[in-house]
Amino acid sequence: MDRRKFLRAVALSGAALTTIKEVDAMSILSQSFEAADGASKYDLVAVLGGEPEVMFRKAITEMGGMSNFINKGDKVCVKPNIGWDQPVEMGANTNPKLVAEIIKHCLDAGASEVTVFDHSCDDWRKSYANSGIEDAARAAGARVVPAHQESYYKSVSIPKGKSLKNAKIHQAIVDSDKWINVPILKNHGGAQLTISMKNYMGIVWDRGFFHANDLQQCIADVCTYEKRPVLNVVDAYRLMKTSGPRGRSLSDVVLSKGLFISQDIVAVDTAATNFFNQAREMPLENVTHIRKAEELGLGTTNLEKLRIGRLRV
Amino acid sequence: MLKKIRVTLSILLFTLITLYFLDFRGYLPEWIQWLTKIQFVPALLALNVVVLVALLLLTLLFGRVYCSAICPMGIYQDTVAWLSKRVNKKKRYHYSKAKNGLRVIVLASTVVAFIFGFTLLVGLLDPYGAYGRMVTHLLRPAYLAGNNLLASIFTAFNNFTFYKVSVYIVSVSSLVIALITLLGIGYMAWRGGRSYCNTICPVGTLLGFLSRYSLFKVRINEEKCNACGLCAMKCKASCIDAKNRKIDYSRCVTCFNCLESCKRNAMKYRPNVPWKKKRQPRIVENQEPTGSLDASKRRFLTALLAISIPAKNLIAKVGSESPLSKRAFKRQTPIMPPGVPSIDHLLQKCISCHLCVSKCPSRVIKPALLEYGLGGMMQPKLYFDRGFCNYDCTVCGDVCPTGAILPLTKEEKNHNQMGQVQLILENCIVYHDETSCGACSEHCPTQAVRMVPYKGVLTIPEINPEICVGCGGCEYVCPAIPFKAIYVEGLTMQRRIEIEHDEVKEIQIDDFGF
Repeated sequence: MDRRKFLRAVALSGAALTTIKEVDAMSILSQSFEAADGASKYDLVAVLGGEPEVMFRKAITEMGGMSNFINKGDKVCVKPNIGWDQPVEMGANTNPKLVAEIIKHCLDAGASEVTVFDHSCDDWRKSYANSGIEDAARAAGARVVPAHQESYYKSVSIPKGKSLKNAKIHQAIVDSDKWINVPILKNHGGAQLTISMKNYMGIVWDRGFFHANDLQQCIADVCTYEKRPVLNVVDAYRLMKTSGPRGRSLSDVVLSKGLFISQDIVAVDTAATNFFNQAREMPLENVTHIRKAEELGLGTTNLEKLRIGRLRV
Repeated sequence: MLKKIRVTLSILLFTLITLYFLDFRGYLPEWIQWLTKIQFVPALLALNVVVLVALLLLTLLFGRVYCSAICPMGIYQDTVAWLSKRVNKKKRYHYSKAKNGLRVIVLASTVVAFIFGFTLLVGLLDPYGAYGRMVTHLLRPAYLAGNNLLASIFTAFNNFTFYKVSVYIVSVSSLVIALITLLGIGYMAWRGGRSYCNTICPVGTLLGFLSRYSLFKVRINEEKCNACGLCAMKCKASCIDAKNRKIDYSRCVTCFNCLESCKRNAMKYRPNVPWKKKRQPRIVENQEPTGSLDASKRRFLTALLAISIPAKNLIAKVGSESPLSKRAFKRQTPIMPPGVPSIDHLLQKCISCHLCVSKCPSRVIKPALLEYGLGGMMQPKLYFDRGFCNYDCTVCGDVCPTGAILPLTKEEKNHNQMGQVQLILENCIVYHDETSCGACSEHCPTQAVRMVPYKGVLTIPEINPEICVGCGGCEYVCPAIPFKAIYVEGLTMQRRIEIEHDEVKEIQIDDFGF
């Protein structure tokens, strides 16, 4: 039995076991995740030229305000990229000012609590601290929770996935009412780019499975998990053009001062890829998980069809 | 009064040094690491002249204060002896003759073994190192389990003050040795107080030699003394010969228990004053070792050696007989912690106190079995089963009390090569499955592993061992099964590498791009 067969057998038997749960899952699936009931003028807003928090304020206003996405009393999870033990200047982690601003908006919109976590690649204590996110998020009123042990994760099924049929997802997401995906735009050696979809890898426990079973397909698959983020906010204030996702030196980083926000994860990643393409050539075709996600019905790469707000600070 | 000071001081130092080993969250202030650096053998190996002179002077002035208050193993024995007295209230100590032959033989063999590069014996017998292993392998797992219990209780109430950590056996051989030490020395302490210190401990023997000549000593006023023997019953070092009103100062650990026991106020701790000169009776003993401890250790080591050789071959055999076409890697040279200049340096300087094992936040240091040879058994090596060495972290070198792991600055650490990356392409996911991966390159801080264009839009790892620091990020994370496609090969000498960085270019992006 080779690896593929073995893993397929494991995946299939796993999937078979979870079918019992799927009945419950389907009822949630049938709910619409479109919280924005047409109040927003735009499907996607792009902002250039400001500080992270200023760009976010502008963008969320154009999207109709945070109360368009968060209801009073909601338990909200904000999921930045806190993957690396790197300082802010390296652009390896989401900008802490942006994370703090989003938390404040959630609390102002009446969120009962805001949780922040990431399944870091480097030592999680160092990553949480040195990224500046732990302090910033706490100061903004969020609860920063650990994600370094399997016991913090809950098994869920991914019925629409092609390679990934089930996964262990962090309880902060599973137990939340709403969650906001806050990636940073970076080059990635394997996946070419890491944006909103790739940021999902920080909510799962077993990343190794992704890498071993068609990484690009698994990234698209995990995004079909029934609980979708109510917003994807792409931090492109700093953009790591090379040596990503960890980065080696400041020569990898461009101060690009951009921010993209949308409910459509495919569209926002498409827009961010096009933006990245200006710093270093990166055709959309190279970032294959974006097309795979479109095929799974997660959104559109055809930005022409969308109402896009383009703003400058 | 003197006893109270001694007890307070020893409990304080003992608690602090133990907590220092256990404190995985870095709550304790930095200066506490000095408690490990003022230990005798570490100071000797680190050639810390100031500490050595201070310890020798301390002994020459006040006797074996080191043994009674500073050495954590000494205080462990006192604790066991105290417990034994609580259990058996009638317990009395008795004077016993000095086993000077054994003491000298053990000390001499330790020194000779050390000179000939066999540090394992010092490592096994040094009380600080042995205590460190007891804490690391026996107490620490319990401490972590306690932390996890608190973590689950608090987390249930949505309080994240505590977080969970994994509890596991770092090394079975070190665990067994720690257990034998705990039970062996514990047994001796239960039976006869400080008998380990006064028969086997090389530091005890050495300081005992000096303490014969110390200025302050417990002295018997022969006019007041009626040789009742109360003091000898309290003497956990069994060094008071009440009948002859003599004290063997080489064994006295200045615990002052005798002072308080004397009803006639015939004992005083005071400087030497002209006294009737008497020659100490010279005791020449040729006794065999009474404790079974040393013998059992030796038996264990021999057995271990005997078992491990065939076991190693057996494991290798299982690997080679596997029907899979992919191949497993075999590390030829162990990877030393960052800051160890060479294997020879490690072999000479390390007494395996395992403070680095306890303190490593990434938990990548574990005791070696026989990778460094028998003499290097239990010395630290890196392994990447549970994590990888953090690029900016310098903790192991900062805490090492013997100078086996030399301290590095962050800049030095970033350019320190402890191993070199090796790629087994046929095991690689990208090569084998033709799907994207890049996990190795993702973790590489110097891009010694970088992803280069391959078929279509795929990228495949390419290595540059010259700029590899050997952190093991790639090896740890490589998802290829059953055999990893990338690993780090150790080096016998660590060296500084130069990493070239591109110039920082200002790139202006003024457009949305869509």
